[in-house]
Amino acid sequence: MMPAPESYVTDGHSTQEPRQPVVVLRDLEKRFGDFTAVNKVTLEVRKGEIFGFLGPNGAGKSTTIRMLCGILQPTGGMGSVAGFDITRQPEEIKKNIGYMSQRFSLYEDLTVEENIDFYSGIYQIPADKRAERKEWVLRMAGLEERRLSRTATLSGGWKQRLALGCAVLHAPPIIFLDEPTSGVDPLSRRNFWDLIYHLAEGGVTVFLTTHYMDEAEYCDRLGLIYRGELIAQGTPDELKTRYMAEDVMEIACAKPQEALRLITALPGIGYASLFGSKLHVVAEKGERTPEEFRQVLEREGIPTESVERVLPSLEDVFVSLIEARDRQEGAQREFAR
Amino acid sequence: MKIHRIRAVARKEFLHVIRDPRSLGMGIAIPLLLLFLFGYALTLDVDRVSLIVWDQDNTPTSRDFLSRFTGSRYFSLHAPATNYRDIEHAIDTRNALVAIVIPHDFTGRLDSGRDAPVQVLVDGTDSNTATIALGYAEAVAGEWSRSVVLKQALRGGERPLPQLVDLRPRIWYNSDMASKNYIFPGLIAVIMMVITALLTSLTVAREWETGTMEQLISTPLQGPEIIIGKLVPYFVIGLLDLLLSVLVGRFLFDVPLRGSLWLLTGLSVIFLISALSIGMLISIVTKSQLLASQLALVATMLPSFLLSGFMFPIENMPPPLQVMTHIISARYLVIILRGIYLKDVGLDVLYGEAAVLTLFGGVVITLAILKFRKKIT
Ligand SMILES: Nc1ncnc2c1ncn2[C@@H]1O[C@H](COP(=O)(O)OP(=O)(O)OP(=O)(O)O)[C@@H](O)[C@H]1O
Ligand SMILES: [Mg+2]
Repeated sequence: MMPAPESYVTDGHSTQEPRQPVVVLRDLEKRFGDFTAVNKVTLEVRKGEIFGFLGPNGAGKSTTIRMLCGILQPTGGMGSVAGFDITRQPEEIKKNIGYMSQRFSLYEDLTVEENIDFYSGIYQIPADKRAERKEWVLRMAGLEERRLSRTATLSGGWKQRLALGCAVLHAPPIIFLDEPTSGVDPLSRRNFWDLIYHLAEGGVTVFLTTHYMDEAEYCDRLGLIYRGELIAQGTPDELKTRYMAEDVMEIACAKPQEALRLITALPGIGYASLFGSKLHVVAEKGERTPEEFRQVLEREGIPTESVERVLPSLEDVFVSLIEARDRQEGAQREFAR
Repeated sequence: MKIHRIRAVARKEFLHVIRDPRSLGMGIAIPLLLLFLFGYALTLDVDRVSLIVWDQDNTPTSRDFLSRFTGSRYFSLHAPATNYRDIEHAIDTRNALVAIVIPHDFTGRLDSGRDAPVQVLVDGTDSNTATIALGYAEAVAGEWSRSVVLKQALRGGERPLPQLVDLRPRIWYNSDMASKNYIFPGLIAVIMMVITALLTSLTVAREWETGTMEQLISTPLQGPEIIIGKLVPYFVIGLLDLLLSVLVGRFLFDVPLRGSLWLLTGLSVIFLISALSIGMLISIVTKSQLLASQLALVATMLPSFLLSGFMFPIENMPPPLQVMTHIISARYLVIILRGIYLKDVGLDVLYGEAAVLTLFGGVVITLAILKFRKKIT
């Protein structure tokens, strides 16, 4: 169990014995015709974890989540959620989850309260708890003042928080959130994450998809999916330390623009970019030492303050993994010819 | 199935309806429009046919003959003519539909006991009206000549010859032959069919299109709960349409309801369920609002207008079409409504139609429920 950023760490996580997995996928597969959208994905999510499913567009994130929610029939493998089989017991699963789909899916012509009341009705929240749950959701989403507004008039961030509120109204032990923060401003995203941590602290398991790297850092564990395949999984730190095939250096120097041009032109450099005033360089493993970079730059008359080997960012790891995967497939195609 | 969840779905669906002026317009305004349109414009009665006469004879006898026409409620005199040009002009300008020309030897021939031909000219452009007008003219003339024969016989001191067949038609139930009384009950069936099917055809498809269905199917809500909950508000609209139709018929078009309003409502409710479910089924299968509404229109409008017997009597259709009418649910309601409206008949007569409608409703709603999947395809 990896610690979440300090302010959100829930006491007791680490002292508990290993918690049981509540979401399990084994070789889960979904084909649409001859196209394989999800290809033999195997993973586990434990109770109370925030699991991030990361991948570029069309990678198969939504397809996987839909199968786990019991609303899309898998074509192979198995999966279980809260102990129920996704193929045989989808209706049991639906009683134990909250789902927020990628598209905003509350009723825009209904008011905030009417939407909450509707979900309260279909989840059969007992009458004596309804008012209390409603107030809780309104407070959580910060929508107390706008309870009578039509949902259509809310801004993106508010809509997402209301959608989350409706998805957790019935206090499900597991929630699936499909790109819950897409199209939401940074401050609202921050607020949204506060809510997610709040839920996780209460023992709720959160399975979410995203393609924001900074959000990925907030997750307890991550799975990287690319073209339907799970190509890496682990805590953010594990991913950074184990999966990175290249060295990452950070260079502080004068004339960073010029330095960037020079370094990009060197052989064996995968990727280089400006990161603030520093250069962020991804180089083939063991190809160049920090000292060599300094020499190259100073030979060209660029004073170099420091060159350090650093822990890669998640983005570095993903770009590297995806490129490796593409190269591998390219080679296979070459071979097949 | 949980009544709570059905209520939650129905409530939210009601909110959609009252927030969406289009569906209210379609549910209430269009039926009213149809009622007025048919009530006023499509009255098939031929009443007060305008008449032009050219009385060449101009005797008390010929004037008596003509007075039978002008005095009846079926004809109204446009103007007298003095030549064929007047007649032609009146008919061409549609000022007269029928012209009667009495030859100058009319009285003479009658008095000498010979038959006296009278010329009747009819504008045949609208053949339906022309036939009816001609029928009226024949009836009036026939009655007059019988009275003449009778008078002559009496004057001659003979006993009047008994007529071999004395046909005395009397029309029951719709004794003034007002076709609106006949059309109107059928119209109610057609309106309920088309409007309700059209309304429900949008509901499920709309939720698939906006993405809200994906959320719904991830909840414990069951398929039948969604479908029944969604039907409720449109069912209410259908009942409202029924009530409006009965009221408009009664107070605006003088269509009397002779039978029981309760029976009428009860059987219409059964019909409503089948009509609503047809729209729902279409919506579930197509998952597209555009496609669903077009399909619903084609599947309900054409058959219920053409094949229900509402306007065109089923007996006059070619046999294959007659067979087809049996699967048009509106056909049965048309029979039921006419029976209740015109003849005050009860379930003892209408049980067959009622049973078929119940079967229809049951089958279609079951199909809709079976076809609805809590899955994305
Ligand atoms: N019903 C379907 N029929 C055919 N292909 C589909 C269907 N649903 C998804 N796909 C395809 O499967 C692939 C994966 O789609 P999915 O929506 O799971 O991607 P995603 O990772 O959620 O991407 P995004 O970030 O864009 O949401 C895509 O190429 C998509 O076109
Ligand atoms: Mg997606």
